[in-house]
Amino acid sequence: MRALTLLFMLAGLAAAQNVTVIQNGIIHTVTQGTFTGSIVIRDGKIAEVGEKVMTPLGAKIVDAGGKHVMPGIIDCHTHIALDSINEGTISVSSMVDAGEMLNPDSKSIYQALAGGVTTANSLHGSANSIGGRNVLFKTRWGQNADGLLFKQAKPSLKIALGENVKRAGNAQGFQMPGTQSNLRYPGTRMGVEDVIRDAFTRAREYQKELKEYEAKRARGETALPVRRDLQLEPLVEVLEGKRLVHAHCYRADEILMLMRIFDDFGIKGVTYQHVLEGYKVAKEIAARGDGASTFSDWWNYKVEAADAIPYNAAIMQKKGVLVSLNSDDASGAELMRRLNTEAAKVMKYGGVTEDEALAMITINPAKQMQIDKWVGSIEVGKDADIVIYDKNPLSMYSKVEKVFIEGKQYFDRDNDLTARPKVEAQKKGLMQKEKETEKRNMPQTRRTS
Amino acid sequence: MKRIVISIAVLAAPLLAAENATFLIRNATVHPVSAPKMENASVLVVGGKIADVGAKLAVKGKVRVIEGKGLHVYPGMIDSGSPIGLSEISSVRETVDTGELGDFNPQLRAIVAVNPESEAIPVTRANGITAVMATPGAIGGRGSGGGIISGQMSLMNLNGWTWEEMEIRPGAALQMTWPVIVSGGGRMGSARMGARQTTFAEAKRNQEQRVQKLREFFEEARRYQAAKAAGAAGFQPDLKFEAMLPVLAGKLPVMVFAAREREIREAVAWAEKERVKLVLAGVRRPGQMTAEIAKKKIPVILGSTFATPLEEDDPYDEPFALPGLLVKAGVKVAFASFGTQFARNLPYEASQAVPFGLPYDEALKSVTLNAAEIWGVADRYGSVEKGKVADLIVTDGDPLEIQTQIKFMYIRGEQVDLESKHTRLYKKYLARP
Repeated sequence: MRALTLLFMLAGLAAAQNVTVIQNGIIHTVTQGTFTGSIVIRDGKIAEVGEKVMTPLGAKIVDAGGKHVMPGIIDCHTHIALDSINEGTISVSSMVDAGEMLNPDSKSIYQALAGGVTTANSLHGSANSIGGRNVLFKTRWGQNADGLLFKQAKPSLKIALGENVKRAGNAQGFQMPGTQSNLRYPGTRMGVEDVIRDAFTRAREYQKELKEYEAKRARGETALPVRRDLQLEPLVEVLEGKRLVHAHCYRADEILMLMRIFDDFGIKGVTYQHVLEGYKVAKEIAARGDGASTFSDWWNYKVEAADAIPYNAAIMQKKGVLVSLNSDDASGAELMRRLNTEAAKVMKYGGVTEDEALAMITINPAKQMQIDKWVGSIEVGKDADIVIYDKNPLSMYSKVEKVFIEGKQYFDRDNDLTARPKVEAQKKGLMQKEKETEKRNMPQTRRTS
Repeated sequence: MKRIVISIAVLAAPLLAAENATFLIRNATVHPVSAPKMENASVLVVGGKIADVGAKLAVKGKVRVIEGKGLHVYPGMIDSGSPIGLSEISSVRETVDTGELGDFNPQLRAIVAVNPESEAIPVTRANGITAVMATPGAIGGRGSGGGIISGQMSLMNLNGWTWEEMEIRPGAALQMTWPVIVSGGGRMGSARMGARQTTFAEAKRNQEQRVQKLREFFEEARRYQAAKAAGAAGFQPDLKFEAMLPVLAGKLPVMVFAAREREIREAVAWAEKERVKLVLAGVRRPGQMTAEIAKKKIPVILGSTFATPLEEDDPYDEPFALPGLLVKAGVKVAFASFGTQFARNLPYEASQAVPFGLPYDEALKSVTLNAAEIWGVADRYGSVEKGKVADLIVTDGDPLEIQTQIKFMYIRGEQVDLESKHTRLYKKYLARP
């Protein structure tokens, strides 16, 4: 009995070493209000949140007095850290996986982290009607590609409509009459519908074959196995609700068209991406229960963005659509670093509340990607993905000071600042070394050439 | 009878405009920018000009009164570079009029291609911007052209029936891009775009040749200037060289894009040699040149606070911190959107730099008074001061903060509509049953 008590005590001590308490911050839980209080993190999870909490002995203390604390930002649509984005040579490229292209050394991961982003959805591009599979990861800077992945999450697939998709089906510049050899179908929005309907029709047939085969086997009959189809497999997963869809779209007509395809095939779990005219069909999107992930104020950069308005997010939200804001960043984490002030724009244009604005970059994208069980708000039981700002994150004058992912601190502004001279010196040293190597190799190069 | 009606209408029009441009804003917090803010103050506008600013103003006769309780008065903001009105949908060449062919186009005037009906004008205005330096050459994307001298930038108000009515200073500066050494390489470099890889030596030679062309162009312009002055026989007018005369006389500033230390050093040395009034633009990595820019009092137009660091291993906050570093070194800075899509975010380009070291007052100046000073119109624009043109905004707070709403705007004392296609579509679809 005494041994058992001792064991419990030891276990308690060990646990306390894995405990961090963020104290006295202005906590924006997003889902359960905002108050001044503390957060207890145990083994990477949020163990307690409140105005007063029990601080276990030996816990690491982070003083957040006067600072603003919010859940890690979630970007539902980015392309950062992908070594290649588009497999655009065919119109249905669901056999390719953007996840295989995830580069953990991409500095954009760190830039996003320094802007408070803890979860990012890097999507296949929008060059074709049905693109590749996407990759959802956490910005655990310093880990390898496998270590970045958001493993519990449902996988997803990219679909795209409109101008980007049509581009390969239309001649650029002068072409000799009658030469169409380099064009890829489709070249119109009508063709885009056809390609998507056709792909899901083929997927349904493939699914039927697979089911018949399984049924025969179950009955003990001999049956030829169905040849595995890597293109249709992800589409079958979409039909069966095992894979989510992120659909790039702009105009109201094409959004409606896509919704009717999804209705006909019974497809759920869709998030419309960009969806700049979503405000025109907000009622229809809300009726399907789909999500919309948009920009705050992009407009007029192409014809299909001519009716884009900064009130899009607010209108959709008011009409019952689950709305998030995304960055669509590719080569660097430009917008990702300031999604907090992008959220403030929805307060300016359309007057959503502070909590509604913050939800658009935290809990709403989490719900869209069905990862709200783990992330998206400061609630007991969720991953301790937490950002500390010096001021209100919805103000232009705020900046990120610390970022935690599963309780582990991955970003600290002070450390970043103090490490700079060292990094600079290291870089100089490496460049010097390269120069010397180059010099040494020079005569040799001359001889061989 | 018909004639009489017309003459009355003609007489009435200027009277009406003057009456419209006469009013008093009272009980507001006035931020002159040139002086500390004043609580419970008033601004009197007469005939489109600021007649007085102060706590208790004596007003003669009947004047329209705007109650400013709880509101703030600021000068209208100035965007120091945007192809607004010249570029509508950036991806459609037919709607873009920046980036003419040829390397040297000092004779081109941006303002003649400004479409006063551009959707970008009311959209940009709605966030408090009253004036823009219209650029003949864009930066990046379609319509950027490959030229060295793009043409004349024009300072203009964002209100008017025609571009003539929008004019503040038709030729306010020459837009120029310092030749850059462009060599292929890098993962996303030109090699991937199918272009031929050039070695650094080749690229450097190309750049030197372009700089040489620039020197020769100035040399020719000087010979033209001398020939004209001498009344030489057989002298023939040339529009390109004619446009260079105010530049050579040091009257018209030249805004030169130069991002990195090497380009900045070359541009500064060149401007000194040619005795050109220099304004630097698009500065990203001034390095050792920072102190020299400050010492020589060369103003800098910044355009990319939101950009990602220029090089992958630069500090993550490098673009956020740059404005503060320049100002601390003593450089006068102003901001530009250098685009139309995000011109309305000009104030946030400035405030983004504040938490990273740019003093707030300097941020506010960089979109108002500094810009007016750099473009030579500070006697009329850039602050809320007696005698200046009444380009004013009335807000419910700090205009550099996103959540702030612009309540009223006055350009030359005339109240300007803050509605746009965006607000119209908002109202229409919010009301959809």
